[in-house]
Amino acid sequence: MIWNEKIETMEPRALKDIQSDRLKKLVAYIYKNCSVYKKKFDDAKITPGQIKSIDDIKRLPFTVKEDMRDNYPYGLFSASPKDLVELHVSSGTTGNPTLVGYTKDDIKLWSDVMARTICCAGAEPGDTIQIAYGYGLFTGGLGFHYGAMEMGLKIIPTSSGQTSRQLKIMRDFSPRILACTPSYCLYMADEARDMGLNPADSSWKIGIFGAEPWSASMRKEIQQIWGMLATDVYGLSEIIGPGVAQECKYQDGLHIFSDVFFPEIIDPKTGQEMPPGKDGELVITTLTKQGIPLIRYCTRDVASINYEKCRCRRTSPRISKIKGRTDDMIIVRGINVFPSQIEHVLLGIEGTHPHYQIIVDRQAHKLDTVEVLVEVDEKIFSDEVKKLHEFEERIKMEIEGLLSIGVKVTLVEPKTIQRSEGKAKRVIDKRIL
Amino acid sequence: MKITQISVFLENKKGRLYEVCSLLGKNNVNIYALTIAETESFGVLRIVVDKSDLAVKVLKQNNFVANITEVVAVEVADQPGGLAAILKILVNNDISVEYMYGFVEKFSDKAILVFRFEDTDKAQKVLIGNDIKIVTKKEIEDL
Repeated sequence: MIWNEKIETMEPRALKDIQSDRLKKLVAYIYKNCSVYKKKFDDAKITPGQIKSIDDIKRLPFTVKEDMRDNYPYGLFSASPKDLVELHVSSGTTGNPTLVGYTKDDIKLWSDVMARTICCAGAEPGDTIQIAYGYGLFTGGLGFHYGAMEMGLKIIPTSSGQTSRQLKIMRDFSPRILACTPSYCLYMADEARDMGLNPADSSWKIGIFGAEPWSASMRKEIQQIWGMLATDVYGLSEIIGPGVAQECKYQDGLHIFSDVFFPEIIDPKTGQEMPPGKDGELVITTLTKQGIPLIRYCTRDVASINYEKCRCRRTSPRISKIKGRTDDMIIVRGINVFPSQIEHVLLGIEGTHPHYQIIVDRQAHKLDTVEVLVEVDEKIFSDEVKKLHEFEERIKMEIEGLLSIGVKVTLVEPKTIQRSEGKAKRVIDKRIL
Repeated sequence: MKITQISVFLENKKGRLYEVCSLLGKNNVNIYALTIAETESFGVLRIVVDKSDLAVKVLKQNNFVANITEVVAVEVADQPGGLAAILKILVNNDISVEYMYGFVEKFSDKAILVFRFEDTDKAQKVLIGNDIKIVTKKEIEDL
């Protein structure tokens, strides 16, 4: 079924009217309530009155992650903090974390787009959904929870981890829908076999996978092993969390809910719009959000867009699978990691400014591993092995504390980390997705 | 009275120990004592040589991380209970040994042992006070 039949199958022209109307109201609302945006508009010599249709969006300034960090906690918010009903905080790139907050209406919006998402994947009323995304500050678990509530599905909120329990719950309650990261789904297949189960006998028929990059070959593998339809979900906490775009059963691009999250694909160098089908940076404007609405937010995700009507009848444009990043962010087990965060930790440890390298790897059907190589210099070095171990352990604890993912720290000899043009290559991603 | 030990950081990679030894050999540095503390991913090589300053210089020039540690070399009777006698003195005086190793070369009928103490000065004082012969830097260089 289509959750919001009226909006999701709307004629493009009527949809454009709605988008135009919403943009005008949004710009007036933000200009009035957010001094940071007011200054951005003033600097760009734009007044709300000049925005007459969605086409005028090109005249508006971009928003970047640094704007959120620099104005932490509430500077970029348009709603008063007292009107917020939920906060999600993620570790920032350096220094301040990123805060997003939702008003009561924002939670309603999130519930609606997540219901659209889960329906778009193929769920029907009466289904049971096992939500194995983490619940907590990570938006994955709660976002799915709100959408499934909105749809009236039976929810099993397993959250992430405890794999044998996940599998037992699946056997005992036969949920047809599974929501988790794609690598975790593959990991569970191995665990199932170890428990003497045949993954092909599972009750899961539809998977909604996201929060990390995955490829066509991973999709094929998941579908073969589990006998399920593996669909891709896209979202980011800055915009709403999961629920920005979702694949339908035709698996031919992700329907982006453009009546509320207006997409543009731009050339990150020039800021100019890219033609449909061409890769560029995905930029999103939240047309109806109240708490922290964002104008032309640069996601740093690379994708293309397709405006053709889909066989599923939805008229909303489709974005491609995310093809990469315009910055050096890597996603590990659903968590965003910037090399600068690790650099920050190393610099924070007294007297060290060592060269380092992050190696991300994934053995077949295993979860991602992160190894941080740190070059030993004279300040770090000691003739006592226990001191070197203490140093390794300290780096490990600080990185794990900041990123909430396990890492391995390995000390290496000086000048052994590969450098190009004098600069060390910070990330080696060996994952075969 | 203390002697100089050179400590070198080595990754657990094939040929690294050879590279250190061959580098020292080429520079006419003789190794008298050697031990390696190894872990899963790296090791620390500790050596006593005849020309410490030169050894450190060439190691650093060749991108090794090396430093100098003060250790105490002690003469021990080369007979059953020789080491135990020394250790008894240390235990009785509450002195901790970080690590220790034996000397390759013997220049008398006694064995030489190298000790790395937590508190080198205190250890040295206690050993001298108990009439234990400590090998001097000069004696090492003249070996």
